Amino acid sequence: MKLTGAQMVCESLIKEGVDTVFGIVGGAILPLYQTLPEYPQIRHILCRHEQGAGHAAEGYSRATGQVGVAWATSGPGATNLVTAIATAQMDSIPLVCITGQVGRPAIGRDAFQETDITGITLPITKYNYLVMEASEIPRVIKEAFHIARTGRPGPVLVDIPKDVLTDLAEFIYPDEVDLPGYKPVMDGHPNMIKRAAKLIAEAERPLILAGHGVSISGAYEELKELAEKAQIPVITTLLGISSFPSNHVLYTGMPGMHGMAYASLAIDEADLILALGMRFDDRVTGRLSDFAKKAKIIHVDIDPAEIGKNVSPTVPIVGDLKRVLLQLNDQVQPKTHPQWIKEIDQLKERHPLVRAKDSDKLLPQHVIQEITEATNGEAMVITGVGQHQMWAAQFFRFNHPNLFHTSGGLGTMGFEVPAAMGAQVGRPDLQVWSVAGDGGFQMTMSELATMVENNIPVKFAVINNNCLGMVRQWQQFFYDKRYVATMYTHNPDFVKLADAFGMPAARVTERSQIRAAVEQAMAHDGPFLIDFQVEVEENVFPMIPAGQSTTEMMEDPIVEGAIWR
Amino acid sequence: MAIEGQRKHTLTALVQDRPGVLNRVVSLVRRRGINISSLAVGHSETPELSRLTFVIDGDDYSVEQATKQLYKLIDVVRVSEFAEDQVVARELALIKVRTTAASRSEVIEIVDIFRAKIVDVAPSSIIVEITGDEEKIDALMALLKPFGIREVMRSGRLAMQRGQEILAQREKSQASSNGPHASAPTDYEGA
Ligand SMILES: Cc1ncc(C[n+]2csc(CCOP(=O)(O)OP(=O)(O)O)c2C)c(N)n1
Repeated sequence: MKLTGAQMVCESLIKEGVDTVFGIVGGAILPLYQTLPEYPQIRHILCRHEQGAGHAAEGYSRATGQVGVAWATSGPGATNLVTAIATAQMDSIPLVCITGQVGRPAIGRDAFQETDITGITLPITKYNYLVMEASEIPRVIKEAFHIARTGRPGPVLVDIPKDVLTDLAEFIYPDEVDLPGYKPVMDGHPNMIKRAAKLIAEAERPLILAGHGVSISGAYEELKELAEKAQIPVITTLLGISSFPSNHVLYTGMPGMHGMAYASLAIDEADLILALGMRFDDRVTGRLSDFAKKAKIIHVDIDPAEIGKNVSPTVPIVGDLKRVLLQLNDQVQPKTHPQWIKEIDQLKERHPLVRAKDSDKLLPQHVIQEITEATNGEAMVITGVGQHQMWAAQFFRFNHPNLFHTSGGLGTMGFEVPAAMGAQVGRPDLQVWSVAGDGGFQMTMSELATMVENNIPVKFAVINNNCLGMVRQWQQFFYDKRYVATMYTHNPDFVKLADAFGMPAARVTERSQIRAAVEQAMAHDGPFLIDFQVEVEENVFPMIPAGQSTTEMMEDPIVEGAIWR
Repeated sequence: MAIEGQRKHTLTALVQDRPGVLNRVVSLVRRRGINISSLAVGHSETPELSRLTFVIDGDDYSVEQATKQLYKLIDVVRVSEFAEDQVVARELALIKVRTTAASRSEVIEIVDIFRAKIVDVAPSSIIVEITGDEEKIDALMALLKPFGIREVMRSGRLAMQRGQEILAQREKSQASSNGPHASAPTDYEGA
């Protein structure tokens, strides 16, 4: 049977298991919208900004492991998606973005709302397509989903001219893709697995550095098995947080620029590092020449281009992390390292994370602590970028995998609002908290309207320090407190703002009010906002300045009786 | 001026003939800060696959990175680097030289010495066609320069490995050992 291009897009999405699409209408994509009523299986969520739609699709994907879908019209609709696409590319998030394009006869003539979106997104997509024939739509969408979700996942953009959406063609959905240049390696090379197992058997001070690859490949159980079998302490990167139970005796925190001091110091002392699905980002390693100087390195990644990019491993293993860990767990022998574990416990003792001042003032650290306690490791947490992000990374505790989501690679402020919305749509069974900066929140807060409209019950904790806090901290440390363009002189009233959007809200100005407000938010059946008016000049510690190492690490002085660690 | 550690590398990429593939390859190499000094594109022995030959300047690390990143492109089936001493490399050039009745025979003599061909003759110019390695073409151009070179077209380098081994075999044997992605120039087994 012949279908229109637009019908074929919908049919193909259904074949790929898509049930939710985030988007905004416009001229070039209108034929697709006008077809939507024929496909009630596809839930469309009308966003307020295409960046919001893109991040929402990302949040949906991060929360569910499924491919997220966002679409937009040509020109400004498409360019508004760009930040979300770049965010997904940096964090390996599978996304399929569909953009309408001007009709084929108009392409290349600078027609109204024409942009070369495939050209613009070339370096920030895993792949992209301009579809010039309706008959190609099924194959292209099949390939797009395959490319997005397999290997190292990433965003794929499909640009479809308006007249291709209305053209008729036979709908034949292919069973398989034919991509001779794309065959991700899944299993680790047996020789490499053998060598890795040998290094683990010989190591006296082994350390696991677990990254985003754990949750992408679903290797939570396998990671736990390896760590427990060989008694290896586990450090997680920013995107690896919640990939290992926070209350596990072997859990050793997050390393790097604002990670736990004991985690960074443990890396200095290790004789073997198992880098699992992580990419040695500069925020993790600091100065490369000083990184893990005493350690041999086993690096497992599905992307061969990551191997040897920043750090040369002793044993490189290309493969899907879950499959590699299954292979490895078969060969690794049970082992203990009591002395090493003791040393790490001493590091934790001597360099406790929290030296929270026992102050009556409202400190951002207190806020995060109380939300952590109230949600008890069961909530999903989405953050923005900045100080609040680092405090969230340091203090939240998680009992299950895949509960912590943040824009790690690109560091996209504004991620916190729409990504939390998408995550909540994907996981209606969980409570989703958006830990937001007052700066980032204002970049994408228009999506509050979308959440009220669709009753998407995200709880917003706006950590309102009345400034662009992280940059202010850099100015305090590195520019003699010259606060240029970081202090707000007029912030909106976030409670009134929420009210205008139709969302209940509370304001918290004192420490004693935190718990009640958090509980009020949790009890409310719908979205809720708390404006936490916190101290302005709080700093994130520890801090290893960019490009430096643990010797240059700044720590807060230890406060006796620090409340929690 | 040569930058330390930099040298010429000849790479070939077997790519799927899809829209924008050349753009993808060139933009990727540019983003890694590598300069392409020559590029040639044409059909391969397999329908729907093309072969790109390019010469890039860079140190070993950046070339290895570029190669691995090229592999990541969905359309790239295979990337190979040629060792300079095991490669037959040729370039084609068309050179339009100013001639007068008096100088024509002298130009023809030089062309003959290089075993180049004259493919067009006009009253005040001729077009010379020459095939060879870059040095040979450079040498001919140097000799023709005094007469007046009006236009030059060079094809970029084409390269093929000496001996009976062919790229397709390399492509196949490496693919079966650990998949095409892992068989990029770094030998993961030996590392
Ligand atoms: C889109 C974007 N613009 C600018 C930056 C640079 N930047 C990094 S952190 C930061 C401050 C963030 O302020 P806020 O959201 O209030 O969070 P805080 O640091 O105060 O917790 C800025 C401006 C960024 N990461 N993203």
